[in-house]
Amino acid sequence: MNPTLHGILVFLETWWVELTSGIVIVAVVPLVAGYVVLVERKLMADMQARLGPMRVGPHGLLQPIADAVKLLIKEDIIPAESDKLIFWLAPVISMVAALTSMGAIAFGPAFQVARDINIGILFVLGVSSLGFLGIILGGWASNSHYSIIGALRSTAQLVSYETAGGLAIISALLLSGTLKISGIVQAQYEQHVWFVFLAPVAAFIYLVASIAETNRAPFDLPEAESELVAGYMTEYSGFRWALYFLGEYANMIVVGSIATTLFLGGWLRPFPNWKGSGLIPEGIVDAGWDLVPAAFLGLIGVYCLYRAGKQPAKAQTWFMWAVALACFVVAALYAIPALLFAMGIGGVAGSLSVAVLPGLNGAFWFLLKVSGYIYVFMWLRFTLPRYRFDQLMHLGWYILIPLAIVNIFAVGVAMLVVANANWNHGLALTLATILGTVVTLLFAALLVRWHDRRTESASAASMAPDSYAG
Amino acid sequence: MQDDALQNNGTLLGADELVLNMGPQHPSTHGVLRVKLKLDGERVRGTECVIGYLHRGVEKIAENRTYQQFAPYVDRMDYVAAVSNGLGYCEAVEKLLNVEAPPRARVIRTILTELQRIASHLLWLGTHALDIGALTPLFYCMREREEILKIFEKYCGARLTTHAFRIGGLQYESYDGFEKDVERFCNDFERRIQEYVDLLTGNSIWISRTRNVGILNAADCIAMGASGPILRAAGVKWDLRKAQPYAAYDQYQFEIPTGTSGDTYDRYMVRIEEMRQSRLICLQAIEKIPEGAIMGKVGKVIKPPAGEIYHSIEAPKGILGYYIVSDGGTQPYRVRIRPPSFINLQALDRMVRGHLVADVVAIIGTLDIVLGEVDR
Repeated sequence: MNPTLHGILVFLETWWVELTSGIVIVAVVPLVAGYVVLVERKLMADMQARLGPMRVGPHGLLQPIADAVKLLIKEDIIPAESDKLIFWLAPVISMVAALTSMGAIAFGPAFQVARDINIGILFVLGVSSLGFLGIILGGWASNSHYSIIGALRSTAQLVSYETAGGLAIISALLLSGTLKISGIVQAQYEQHVWFVFLAPVAAFIYLVASIAETNRAPFDLPEAESELVAGYMTEYSGFRWALYFLGEYANMIVVGSIATTLFLGGWLRPFPNWKGSGLIPEGIVDAGWDLVPAAFLGLIGVYCLYRAGKQPAKAQTWFMWAVALACFVVAALYAIPALLFAMGIGGVAGSLSVAVLPGLNGAFWFLLKVSGYIYVFMWLRFTLPRYRFDQLMHLGWYILIPLAIVNIFAVGVAMLVVANANWNHGLALTLATILGTVVTLLFAALLVRWHDRRTESASAASMAPDSYAG
Repeated sequence: MQDDALQNNGTLLGADELVLNMGPQHPSTHGVLRVKLKLDGERVRGTECVIGYLHRGVEKIAENRTYQQFAPYVDRMDYVAAVSNGLGYCEAVEKLLNVEAPPRARVIRTILTELQRIASHLLWLGTHALDIGALTPLFYCMREREEILKIFEKYCGARLTTHAFRIGGLQYESYDGFEKDVERFCNDFERRIQEYVDLLTGNSIWISRTRNVGILNAADCIAMGASGPILRAAGVKWDLRKAQPYAAYDQYQFEIPTGTSGDTYDRYMVRIEEMRQSRLICLQAIEKIPEGAIMGKVGKVIKPPAGEIYHSIEAPKGILGYYIVSDGGTQPYRVRIRPPSFINLQALDRMVRGHLVADVVAIIGTLDIVLGEVDR
């Protein structure tokens, strides 16, 4: 055999999983990110008493594609005074970092996107942080005042909130004892409870830090529209701008996945390892949970059918029917293996359903949790005003970081107590968690009071001469 | 330390000052205002306003138009409060002619002007909140403003630049169901205001973004001629509707809301309360609109006697004054307009010094300027 061909074959044989998943990520994630944008616009419209995109496709469903096409065919502008190579490179870095970090995320017990590496969480965090390099370089290379201020804000924000977020993650890692993503989820299975209940303060800190890391409101200062026009993206247009934009939304999916894995039990269903009271046989409980995804999707389908009759235009009625049909088909795909499994039917169909059921259910729960997390992001964006830069820094350095450090100690001490106490395990766990949380919250209250007093005296001192300056 | 740096004419880190050109095309300069910011990092060391991008020579145009012909032009100054502009101009010319509008006309004028005040404050609230990063209040405000504009449209056919009033009274009778429309709006509006208050007033981010930001105390306000909600937020109870009643304001009960510290938060609270008071005035006025003529004794050709007159009203943004000189002809010899936005804008430099870039947009927002009025 030709040695070159042989080499290629060996390479493909070794790396085919990674290559395929790479192609899948590059093909699917931008599309998903585009639709996340559409969902955001629709949700925003709903909260703001308007309709949102309605023109391209039924209920604006084709809007992301139209937007992408528009951005692709726009004129490609590179400012004359910019650093052209870096200007070209920066959005690519942002996008690549966001897509690469998707690789290590696990959507289900048997559905790792690329590979279950032993430092999974560290890899995801490290690579997604590289995305900021794209923002900083892009702002610097644009050679514009708005861009450079946006990039500087972004740098400062990254340093502060990556620290707080990283410290918050440590609490969860202490509980799980591993950096491997499947291991973290396994630990939550074995401890019968999601880590959000064992380390609620850490989960909250991570929520805040992840909003800041993805440059979302109320921490969207690097691209604050009303102040800096578009921040680091001011000089970008067309597809380069789209790369930044997609990178941002892909990053949202990444931080949502990290939070889901660490705090919300990954692909586990609620009460994953919960031994019931014994009144109902375990098998029936499990079968009931297996049917939840199908029931959930079925209910959405029924709701669509109910709304279909109330649509103002005929096309919209048909569209609602189509959505309902799609929901029913997917619900059936979920229901059939679950029913086969529950009834204990053997044969090819039975063994196939045993094989696919955990993956299907895992993907459902994982995506549901990530969607919920992203929904919180959006909800906050529509509700809250934006922080000012100094307030953002104060919140990060004076409150979140000390709080995260104290929380690590609280979680550590609680774990020691649980490990060494001779009490009932569940009782000890509950007590230790409550005590740890109370201690951390007390500390938080002290911090906030101290900080308020400090800023009050500072602003009183700085305002007095300033109001007469000049 | 910052003051030391200022005295040494350098920045905190010893670097050069950054001059940031905000505008004339910028999302939150509310039109074509251009502000040159001298920045030390993000801290503002000085500002320079460049205005005139929307200058149309309104005052000069007046010299070549008859008194009636000039009336629509004043609508184009503060184009988000056209009715108030028209009221000021019509009353000024009436004063010059020494005629009075009939009682019915005065009451209808009052209702429309107060609705316009609410509409103008709503637009201010929405854009101000948007500048500070709250996206949603804008759409709620627009929804209520739409109701007001619909009433204007039903009354005179125009929504924005209405030319609702005529010298001597009104051209149009109030339409059938006018009172009912106003009443329905006012009844809904109480609940709607509560929605903005729920979203903003107690929000800790909103408070930290507006408290102690852009303080302008009473002495400074008076020295600079700042008027309207800005003056009242500094604690001065001065409102021309009470001080020199015009139209039909002397017949109605209402409060003048005031603040204490003169910061952005106080101005927000004052304007919110003013909307509530305007609503009360409207409700009182529609209860009994006097019957009778809507046009006073004004000839087809307006030819005031030679002389001069100054008349001012409390427009949504502050004191709007018209100084008209007549030489006895059909066209004014000179019209000088005292626009509240232009005079309030002077305070910008004093208010933003020492603050951050983000506060600049908050302060431009709280000044509630309209560039059509600043540049005329």
